[in-house]
Amino acid sequence: MVDIFLWVVFPYICLTIMIFGLLYRFAFRQLTWAAPSTNFFEKKWLKIGSPLFHYGIIFAFFGHVMGILIPWEFYQTLGISDHMYHFGAIYGGGLAGLMVVCGLVILLIRKMIIDPVRIKATFADYFSVLAVLFVAATGTYMTIIYNLTVVAYEYRATIGPWFRSLFIFQPRFDLMTDIPYIFKIHVITAFALFASIPFTRLVHIFSFPIRYPARPPQQYRSRSGYRRQKV
Amino acid sequence: MRIKAQVAMVMHLDKCIGCHTCSVTCKTTWTNRPGTEYMWFNNVETRPGIGYPKRWEDTKRYKGGWVLENGKLKLRAGGPITKLANIFYNPNMAELEDFYEPWSYDYDNLIHSPKRENLPVARPFSQITGKYIDKPEWGSNWDDDLAGGSENVKRDPNVEKLQEHIKTEYEKTFMMYLPRICEHCLNPSCVASCPTGALYKRDEDGIVLVDHDACRGWRFCQNGCPYHKVYYNWNTHKAEKCNFCYPRTEAGLPTICSETCVGRIRYIGVVLYDADKVKAAASVEDPKELYKAQLACFLDPFDPEVQDQAREAGITDPWIEAAKESPIYKLAIKWKIALPLHPEYRTLPMVWYVPPLSPIMNHITNEDELKTDGYIPAVDQMRIPMEYLASILAADDVKVIRKVLLKLTAMRVFMRGKTVGGIDEFRQSELLKEAETTPEEVVEMARLLGVAKYKERYVIPTGRREMDDDLFYQQGACSIEDLAPKEGMNPRYGMMKVRENL
Ligand code: HEM
Ligand code: SF4
Ligand code: SF4
Repeated sequence: MVDIFLWVVFPYICLTIMIFGLLYRFAFRQLTWAAPSTNFFEKKWLKIGSPLFHYGIIFAFFGHVMGILIPWEFYQTLGISDHMYHFGAIYGGGLAGLMVVCGLVILLIRKMIIDPVRIKATFADYFSVLAVLFVAATGTYMTIIYNLTVVAYEYRATIGPWFRSLFIFQPRFDLMTDIPYIFKIHVITAFALFASIPFTRLVHIFSFPIRYPARPPQQYRSRSGYRRQKV
Repeated sequence: MRIKAQVAMVMHLDKCIGCHTCSVTCKTTWTNRPGTEYMWFNNVETRPGIGYPKRWEDTKRYKGGWVLENGKLKLRAGGPITKLANIFYNPNMAELEDFYEPWSYDYDNLIHSPKRENLPVARPFSQITGKYIDKPEWGSNWDDDLAGGSENVKRDPNVEKLQEHIKTEYEKTFMMYLPRICEHCLNPSCVASCPTGALYKRDEDGIVLVDHDACRGWRFCQNGCPYHKVYYNWNTHKAEKCNFCYPRTEAGLPTICSETCVGRIRYIGVVLYDADKVKAAASVEDPKELYKAQLACFLDPFDPEVQDQAREAGITDPWIEAAKESPIYKLAIKWKIALPLHPEYRTLPMVWYVPPLSPIMNHITNEDELKTDGYIPAVDQMRIPMEYLASILAADDVKVIRKVLLKLTAMRVFMRGKTVGGIDEFRQSELLKEAETTPEEVVEMARLLGVAKYKERYVIPTGRREMDDDLFYQQGACSIEDLAPKEGMNPRYGMMKVRENL
């Protein structure tokens, strides 16, 4: 019962909230859709914290694609041994995790002590930093400490297939019953974080301006219809 | 040829009295909300001075505008790839302290203070943190009228370039006012700096606007503008800038800053230009040629061929008529007495300035006996060094400034001659020749600069509405509706859809 809730119902609820929340906010509350920059208030700490965190999290994102989305069999056909994989995952992923955690701690301290930033921080701002920090901290703990001291856990046999099964609507929750607790916490909080995205400034993740290098530098727009008919 | 119309402004600096009325009326109209307290879409600077934000002309620091690299035009702060790599932290962005911490006063205390021995005071408090600031130390006009002169004047980036003797001698102190708004450039670097494409130049009138729905707060436009005329709203996390009061200009009215200008220094009108020439004009090698290159982009509204092409491009007859009557066309293009602000930034700005005349350093003793040509050397001895004006208005080309000052001097001498005599001498004079003008032109100039009534200063055709998607919906609405659409309706998907890149 609990397993069905945790590994079927809860993830779907979270993803639904995320998707519909984002669509609603994009369509009706676009004026609130922006990156939460505090560059204007403080630069020195941001210079270290923000790039450290963001490059780390982008790195970590690709790490998750490699570990969770790409099936184990893919590595086997390529001839990448489990040992090699884990070596890369622990050190590469560990580094990314540390970058994320260190960057976030800097950003958090900055948020708590530097004045205009502190005073203008909203509950949602703290919430998203703390939530990402918690998820990242458990993830980093798993990657470095758990893997090195307990066992190099093979999530490609459990979490990976379960995660992919969510997207074909055949959730294999049975895979998740026996995974280590720390992994359970990481996954559950990550889904909760996804559900919170539409309500915080984390929406900026979905606006990465990927088309910028391809567009012409100057943009002209006109009021509606101005050029359509010639007079 | 790709003809476009541009609504442009000229400010006649001789007439600016530095009263800041323009700044205040603009502020009460556009920037009196939380997050905008520190913004002045219009500000008036005393030059020489640091300016607002501090040392905005220091392009090494803020990296605004364009540079020419191997013949190619590039954003000084770096192109798209550099920007995307720097998106998590913008190293060149101006901070709050580069502007100033806005404050208000605790007026409430004046009313509600309990009975005390001493008079209650209204203490200043920060409009950002809410804390008391016991000693405000900088504001947008802290160095007004050369306040803090010996310190602040030296830090003016234009003064830094001048020779030593000009800056230090007290007797040679000079001063002028420089009101600044967004330049609504032909080649705006703010637009090119925006990763999202939220800033755009309006096709029909050239006004540069921020699409607040699309803006994602990546904050590169803020320092991408070399004039530092885009501001970051810390409350909404979006960019804001002067919008040329488009709801007014669309209705044929001058902008608020112009309307309320006490010195009547501002002129607004339409110019026609060829958008195909803009890029090449901004890419000429020698910065001193930029002024001429920009002039070459403008089109003659009296030329029947230009008129035909303009109609072809969807520019209506009222606009073409307005372009003919345009005071901007006269001041900037026909008479060439208005100059662009810092043309070397390569944005091709569209708010131009008639440089100020200033008292002559060496006292002219018997002005009554002075021959007309005696005024020629006087131009070179004016209190405001020509090098300084050239640094601001002509990419250091003193010749350009000198020509304008000569023309303005010729105008004064002639108009004076009309009452005290000496017109005939004027007609033969070297001054007339060197200034390359004629008595007829000079009279016309004097009328526009000195007498000009409202209708002559502001020739603004109304915006076109007949093609709007839903005129029925817009009936009785003001054009700000586009900024604040009906609750819950996104103009991108609603009926007021803005078509991009038409
Ligand atoms: C994908 C591209 C991303 C871009 C372009 C981006 C960009 C930005 C920018 C410009 C800021 C403001 C920095 C400042 O000037 O103060 C910011 C802040 C932030 N970003 Fe991102 N971001 C991205 C992805 C992410 C992701 C994936 C996360 C987390 C899951 C994230 C979490 C945050 C947080 C928590 C802050 C606030 C930091 C603070 O409060 O000091 N971002 N991001
Ligand atoms: S002056 Fe105005 S149009 Fe020109 S770059 Fe700056 S903000 Fe953009
Ligand atoms: S044109 Fe309007 S918005 Fe721009 S500075 Fe003048 S009053 Fe302000």
